[in-house]
Amino acid sequence: MRPESLLPVFVKRPLPSRAMVYLSPLLALTLTLLAGSVLFLTMSVPPLQAMYAFFIEPLSSVYGLTELAVKATPLVLIGVALALGFRAGVWNIGAEGQLIIGGLCGGAVALYFYEQEGFYILPLILLAGIIGGMLWAAIVAFLRTRFNANEILTSLMLSYVASLLINLMVHGPLKDPEGFNFPESRLFSESAMLPILFEGTRLHLGAVFALLVVAAGWLMLSRSLSGFQIKAMGSASAAAEHAGFSSNRIIWMTLLLGGGVAGLAGTIEVAGPIGQLLPTISPGYGFTAIIVAYVGRLHPLGSLLAGLLLALTYLGGETAQINLGLPVAVTGVFQGLLLFFLLACDVFIHYQLQWRRSGSSGEAA
Amino acid sequence: MEILLPALLTIITAATPLLFAALGELVTEKSGVLNLGVEGMMVMGAIVGFATVHVSGSATLAILASILAGMLMAAIFALLVLKFHASQVPTGLALTIFGIGLSALIGQSMIGVAYDGIPQIAIPLLADIPLLGRLLFQQDFLVYLSIVMVVSVSWFLYRTRAGLILRAVGDSHDAAHAMGYSVIRIRLLAILFGGAMAGLGGAYLSLAYSPLWVEQMTAGRGWIALALVVFATWRPARVLLGAYLFGGITILQLHAQAFGIAVPSQVMSMLPYLATIVVLVIISSDRSRIKLNAPASLGRAFHPSR
Repeated sequence: MRPESLLPVFVKRPLPSRAMVYLSPLLALTLTLLAGSVLFLTMSVPPLQAMYAFFIEPLSSVYGLTELAVKATPLVLIGVALALGFRAGVWNIGAEGQLIIGGLCGGAVALYFYEQEGFYILPLILLAGIIGGMLWAAIVAFLRTRFNANEILTSLMLSYVASLLINLMVHGPLKDPEGFNFPESRLFSESAMLPILFEGTRLHLGAVFALLVVAAGWLMLSRSLSGFQIKAMGSASAAAEHAGFSSNRIIWMTLLLGGGVAGLAGTIEVAGPIGQLLPTISPGYGFTAIIVAYVGRLHPLGSLLAGLLLALTYLGGETAQINLGLPVAVTGVFQGLLLFFLLACDVFIHYQLQWRRSGSSGEAA
Repeated sequence: MEILLPALLTIITAATPLLFAALGELVTEKSGVLNLGVEGMMVMGAIVGFATVHVSGSATLAILASILAGMLMAAIFALLVLKFHASQVPTGLALTIFGIGLSALIGQSMIGVAYDGIPQIAIPLLADIPLLGRLLFQQDFLVYLSIVMVVSVSWFLYRTRAGLILRAVGDSHDAAHAMGYSVIRIRLLAILFGGAMAGLGGAYLSLAYSPLWVEQMTAGRGWIALALVVFATWRPARVLLGAYLFGGITILQLHAQAFGIAVPSQVMSMLPYLATIVVLVIISSDRSRIKLNAPASLGRAFHPSR
């Protein structure tokens, strides 16, 4: 006879818990902060001081808040678009590549109109970025619908290709002719830059686009037939196909949407805070947006809040680097931990804990 | 032939990390679990191995530490997927993001540190064969191990009872559960094996292929390993073929200049990624073949009915 002890077992709830859907991200954030404190202790950094530098100090000035919005802009944009795709079960994880190609195309147009004036220049740049991102994602959609190639792997491989491509371009055709051979383009002219919203900050028009995309995504998901098809395809693909929804159409739609928005985000980066083309134009926003989509509960409004939170991890990472000499890599660890804890906490949406005697029947799953 | 020898030698070293990681993932997938965290486990194996050799000076210890690091990462994945019912795709992505971040954190003081690389072992007599001996019988221990692993995994999956059970779990977890097999325990072991092998692949990168630490030095090899499993239609011997094919493409960029090919280095660096896409397209377009060979329960969550 084994000694009897009580063991925790997850038992399926009769209905998913609505409350846990919203509580889970908060719980995950709390756990991330606790785990982060332990991490700081092992690096012999006082945890409270580090947490302050990471999560409070960046928000304690108006400039810090505007910087948060600057960093949140690409994350929110891509997060909204990815949320729609993930809901439909379309795993576009190559948004980073679509962002890069968008930035490259928008940047190329900006350089084409170098030192020219015209109200039409900026819209053309943004359009080029959107189309570039869409085309890059269209490759993925085509290979998936025509050849059944797994979109996770193709979109990711194309991200590596994209980052090599922009590297090639700023080393070659788009290099600044007067730039002493540095791998970077000319600085864009004034007419090619997004207008600054508040003087003295870097907050630019792109933040408004992000809010518009949140609103559009929300309307699409809750009010339109396409939104309904996306939700149906994700939750019951067989039923959705029976209802005559084409899965190929949804794959194309979500990928083009994701690519277009990621391309827009890339253009916004180069025509906003960066102002030129560089070998690297994103610190992995396209990948972090995956976390944004999940923390935001695959909902556009949620992506807005989650985008701000994840932007804070970037901003906090920079502050902690300057103030405490912490490596920037801490940001990535925080982001990974947050997603881990979120996925773990999400178990409580569909399950509840029960204490059972170890001898009782049933597999302790 | 004398000119080709260095190229052929680098094919082997470029293929070996892919071979380890893809073989591990193959076993994981055969049990019905899709772990997209290969890249994260691999990069952790790379840094932990490199840090261990830097501190202890022992290559053996470093390799063991890499294996352990890969397994620990895999254990996080297993805990989330098997215990907390998290879906496999986002959990694997989280593992990769976390691994890249944590490895960069651990490795920040190791950038620019040099290491000689693990020693090569010449097999007596065989190594003296002209050309072939140098190529095949004077490699480091891990290259030999990778070949042994191909044979072992193949034998395990198709010639042992345990392998049969593992494949049964991957093809129909409900049926395997009904027959009294512990789906959870078998998947746990398969996931841990996948982690150990990814860790080994990472160790090979930072201890033998290019013995130093660079942030994100895996550079997508974990993802290519995932594609190799599809390319191989879940057959160990074909993983060997695929890994060497990709090894060949990878080293093309290193030796292109020697052969007088004037293409920008960035374009050459794109080749492995483009080749991965091409290969995926060719293999995947035959839907019936994929359906026939892929584990039927791959990626599906298992909920034991009671």
